[in-house]
Order: sequence, then C-alpha cells, then structure tokens
Amino acid sequence: MSTAAPSPLRQPERQVFEKQVVGLPPLREYLRNAWDRREFAVELSRTKLRSQHFDTAFGQLWLVLNPLLLAGVYFVLVDILRSGEHPKGFFAHLVIGIFAYYYISGAMRDGVKSVTGGSRLILNQSFPRVLLPLSSVITAWKRFVPTLLIYVPVHVLSGLPITFGLLWVVPIFVLMTLMAAGFTMLTAAIQVYFRDLSSFLPYLLRIGLYASPVLYFASDVPHGYEWLLYVNPFGQVLAAWGDVLHTGTAPPAVSLAVGAAWSIGILIVGSLVFMSRERDFAVRL
Amino acid sequence: MPVPGGAKLRETRLTRSPADPDRAAARAAARSQRRTSYTVEAVRHVSFDVPHGTVLGVVGSNGAGKSTLMRTLAGILPPTEGRVVVEGRVSTLLALGVGFNRKLSGRENVILGGLAAGLSRDAMEAKYEEIVAFAELEEIMDLPMRTYSSGQFGRLAFAVAVTMEPDVLLIDEALSVGDARFRRKSTRKMKQLCREDRTVVLVSHALGTIKDLCDQAIWLDQGELKLWDDAETVVDAYTSFLDVDQDALALEDV
Repeated sequence: MSTAAPSPLRQPERQVFEKQVVGLPPLREYLRNAWDRREFAVELSRTKLRSQHFDTAFGQLWLVLNPLLLAGVYFVLVDILRSGEHPKGFFAHLVIGIFAYYYISGAMRDGVKSVTGGSRLILNQSFPRVLLPLSSVITAWKRFVPTLLIYVPVHVLSGLPITFGLLWVVPIFVLMTLMAAGFTMLTAAIQVYFRDLSSFLPYLLRIGLYASPVLYFASDVPHGYEWLLYVNPFGQVLAAWGDVLHTGTAPPAVSLAVGAAWSIGILIVGSLVFMSRERDFAVRL
Repeated sequence: MPVPGGAKLRETRLTRSPADPDRAAARAAARSQRRTSYTVEAVRHVSFDVPHGTVLGVVGSNGAGKSTLMRTLAGILPPTEGRVVVEGRVSTLLALGVGFNRKLSGRENVILGGLAAGLSRDAMEAKYEEIVAFAELEEIMDLPMRTYSSGQFGRLAFAVAVTMEPDVLLIDEALSVGDARFRRKSTRKMKQLCREDRTVVLVSHALGTIKDLCDQAIWLDQGELKLWDDAETVVDAYTSFLDVDQDALALEDV
C-alpha cells in the first residue's frame, strides 16, 4: 500500500471553476502543469507507436521503406518531367526534402484528431490538453530519426560535401519542430469545431508539398513564382534545409530569417488558439 | 485556510454543445428543425455545499445531469453560469476515465491515466500493483481494452478511482459493475473510504447503498435540485416519487 510519501500532485489547494470558456488560462501555472506531465505525452506517443507495431523489426522496416519508396516514385516522375536531366545530388535533395516534409506533415496528420479522438480522456480527466497534440509531434520525431540513417549513405554516394557547415541543419530542424508543434496545435483545435478538417488536410498538405522546394531546388523556381516560397509557410525553412545539405554551407540569411519568422509565428498562433479554446473542448466533444 | 476536501456550488448552470458522430441522430433532428447547433442544458441553478468529510449521494433518473455535475466538480466542464469551489484535489478519474483508448492494453491505459493526472511514473508503477490486485484482473492487463467485458472494464475503472487517494473522491455509477462478489468487495472498500474522514461524492442507482453509505444526498431531476437533505430523507422521497410516477419516468428515460 502506498499511503506514505506526500502526493506528487501539485495542483493548487483551492480550485475555483467559473464561467470562462474562452480566454487564456494563467500561462505560468498552465505551462508548469504541462511540464510536470510531460511524461504523459512521451508515454502516449510510445504506446501509440507500439500499437502500430513500431517496435517490431517489420514495423521499423516499413517506416524507412515508405518514405524511400515515395522518394523513388517522385524521382521517376520528376525525371520524366525534366526529360531525364537531373542535376548532381538531386536524388539526395529529394530524399531528405521528403523526409523533412513528412516530419512536419506527419505530426499534423497524426495530431489533427488528437483532441477529438481523445474525447473519452478529455471528458473524464482534467489536465493540460496541449499534451495531446504535442504527443503527436513526439511521434513524428520518433518516426523521422530512423530515416536519417537512410539519408547518410545517399548523401555520401551522391558525392555531396561533408563539412562543418552541415551543422546548420540543427537550428533549421529546431525551426521545423516549432512549426510542426504550432500547426499541430492549430489543426487539432480547429478540428473540434470543423470536423471536416481531417478529411481536407491531406489535400492541403499535398499542395504544401508541391509548393515547397522539395521536388525541385529553390534556385530552379522560375521568375514570377518566387513569391510562392515566401507565402508558403514551409517554403523558406525547406529551402534553407535543402540548401545546407546540398552545399554544406550556411543557408541564405533571407531563407533563415523568413523561415524563422514563419515557424515562430505559427507556434505562437497555434499555441494561443489552442490554449484559449481548450476549456471549451469538453463542452464541444 | 479551509480544510481540504470541501466543495461548494453556487447557482451553477451547465450546458453542452456536442457535435461528435455519436450524436448523429440528435444532430439530424436538430438539422430538420433548421438549426445548425443545439445545446443541452444539463444542470440549472443548482447550489449545495459538501462539507469536509461528508459522503454525499447523488440520485436522479437518467439524464438528470448527474454525470455533468461530477465533471464540473472535477474541473472538466466549465460552468456556463455560477461558481464551483473545491478545496483540494479531486479524483479526476471518474468511472469512465480509464480505457480512453481501447486499442491500448489495460496496463497502458492505467499508466497513461495516472500520468495525465500528474503522478510520476514511479508513483504510478507503485499504484499499478495495488490497482491490479484490487481489480483481480492480473491475467488480462496486457490485452487491448477492446477485448474486455463491460464488467471487467468497470472493475478496472473502480479500482483506479479508489486507489488514487484524492481529497475529494468522485465515484460515478461504479458500484453497479462487476459480479456479485466484486460488488460486495467494492461496497466494502467504499465503506472503508467513507469512514476515513474523506469527502466523497457518490452517484449511484443503488439506493440502498446510498442510504447505507451517505450522510447527505441530493436529488437531481431534469437538471434541477429537487431535494438536498440527509440521505435517508432524500432516498425515501425519491423512492416514493418513483413508485407514484414510475410509468411517466420510464417513458422519460427512453
């Protein structure tokens, strides 16, 4: 029996519940509560992956095979469209671009139903709801890491440079993660009010892929279309990502700045929308 | 500083506007009346106090607003109007809280529920043994919860709820689960918890149990507080209401 030891719960002693459906909760307390329960998000992601057999050898194999086959399909497609002319290192660019894009979009695809799908938990337990979409980002991260191992030989065999400049991928990866978190929170919150979003999302994400410098180099975008990479939130982050890996040097400052602005902006908007709405979720589910 | 474990409700009104596929029929009905959304006014202008150490029973027919009231006490549903004050921690695991993901095993669901409630992994591992021992479900804890019978489901939920040691314990319909043997065991556990100078809010259709365990009781009828008195009085009034008006009530429950 565990009657000793003070309870690890750190909720305030007095709790007052009043009419306040919309509006931000006290942020400091909310974030501390969420941080205290971070193990929940990690565990939720782990058990979900296990239920998808991620922990088995074949599960892991599929995880790597799936984006690789996708890269193969797109390579053939783009090669035909370009009449068999592909610049050096194009396959490597395609592979790592698709992996990165699927990192962000995978988090959104998994997370869009994290609130509506967790209704049973939400209706019966009070906890910072933000952990549900963030758990999807953790899942996407766990799916992304093994694919990096595939990229390493592709990078080397393509004869792309191996320099210290490649370390620029680390801050860019951080930006992609912030963007994934922001978009996942945003879509999960919107899904509560518009249940059709999850059906729409795959199409939006496909448009996002075609509008991003993944199937082509950012420098190949013809005149008159450059604005696309600025309007598309993924555009400049992925341009910087592809550029660093292709050249082995620092990305253009503009790409980095615009990419950072989009990522941080979406993180702020997504988290504010989610947190200010979350008390209403239990009413709507 | 008030003693932990009390609760006050003032003029509380609770509404819900659900829109999930489970309620497709209700939605279709709403649509046919050219309305795009609908709102259920589950509880209207309810006020009562639960002093520290009281065992409060809640009775009422289906749809009277009992579960909605419990969710508000747990801080899950914000009131549309009014004010709820709870001194101390509430057991946030209502009877139906466990098993939110039926694809996951019972073990994973219990651990996840505990982590969401803010317990550390170590604390939850320790409690886990206790929970499984009480529920007597050792053999099936690693099977997905979709394979559980409703009785096994309820046993696990009850075991979790009574093991969490909150200041205010909320039990929703949990006594009516399981076979006769488990029901006796859970009633015994409830009696023990009620003796421990703990604040308990108990929703049950087992009126004998309410009479037996509770100091006070409230009777909710269509979202309104019909009576708030000692348990004996409330249960007697409710029983006579059921006898007098049983046919009408039965129709209402459909």
